[in-house]
Amino acid sequence: MANMAAWADRLAATPVSLAIQSHEWVIPTIQSIHILAIAAVMSSIAMLNLRLAGLIGHHQSVRDMAHRFLPWLWRALPVLLITGCLMIVGEPARELLNPFFWYKMTMLLAVVLLTLPLQRMIEDRPFREHDAGKRQLIRLIALFSLMLWLAIVFCGRWIAYA
Amino acid sequence: MALIDMLAALEAAPFAVAIAESPWLFPAIEVIHVIAIVLVVGSIAMLDLRLLGVSRRDQGVIELANETLPWTWGAFGLALCSGLLMFASAATRYFDNIPFRVKMLLLLLAGINMAIFHLSAYRSVHHWNNQLPTPGAARIAGTMSLTFWVGVVFFGRWIGFV
Repeated sequence: MANMAAWADRLAATPVSLAIQSHEWVIPTIQSIHILAIAAVMSSIAMLNLRLAGLIGHHQSVRDMAHRFLPWLWRALPVLLITGCLMIVGEPARELLNPFFWYKMTMLLAVVLLTLPLQRMIEDRPFREHDAGKRQLIRLIALFSLMLWLAIVFCGRWIAYA
Repeated sequence: MALIDMLAALEAAPFAVAIAESPWLFPAIEVIHVIAIVLVVGSIAMLDLRLLGVSRRDQGVIELANETLPWTWGAFGLALCSGLLMFASAATRYFDNIPFRVKMLLLLLAGINMAIFHLSAYRSVHHWNNQLPTPGAARIAGTMSLTFWVGVVFFGRWIGFV
């Protein structure tokens, strides 16, 4: 952590960081854009993953829903990464020295690594044509990733209080 | 009793004091508020973008509205309850907070915009359910709605910075 603190100090002394720090409106603006991108991810993922788990929207095919919703996730992620990086640069100690930031990053990595095979299984063949074990696996991954996303939002907000 | 006295009384209510004094209650309620808001904004944006003819073009407006509105209203109820609890914990302070006032005004405008749309263009939605490009009135309503809700997020985030 000592290394990280030194690193955070160095980052805080860079011209970009100083520029962000010297304008009060920058951080709330970046956070608002971050939240709008989260809105795209969370609403898409909530609807898609509850459908995958078999809890809603039975009249629609899983594939159709995945084609509708997953592109929003992949579009929003770069926005989240860019705004997230700007927040780190603007307030390095607040993020890098905060355990909840690292919980969030770990879960984000996990959920992306879960979504890629999930997407492949959905693309692979229609949901009904998967064997029972595979269908069960898809349901479990869908529910688990939805919980991870909720936990990511929780940790994201908790960074401000930890 | 003047409004300011009512707000002071609300702030002095046992549940409001409990939220204000607890180290974790306010952040926990705020997490729920954020999750609710991203679902409200995300689900509304899906319908707005459809009204603009930008996305979900393969789906009829009625079908999409039936799919998203339960999410919008469910999440809005959650956002309202969690928002009221946070407001109660420092009612007099929030009442004087300019971003808070702007956010409430934008919520009101979003509501009026939705009411006008439902009482006008949406009444004949059966005629333009699958029509592309969508009617001008629908595009105006969608644009205004997106603008107001993006504003709600921006000013909502700003409340904590003044």
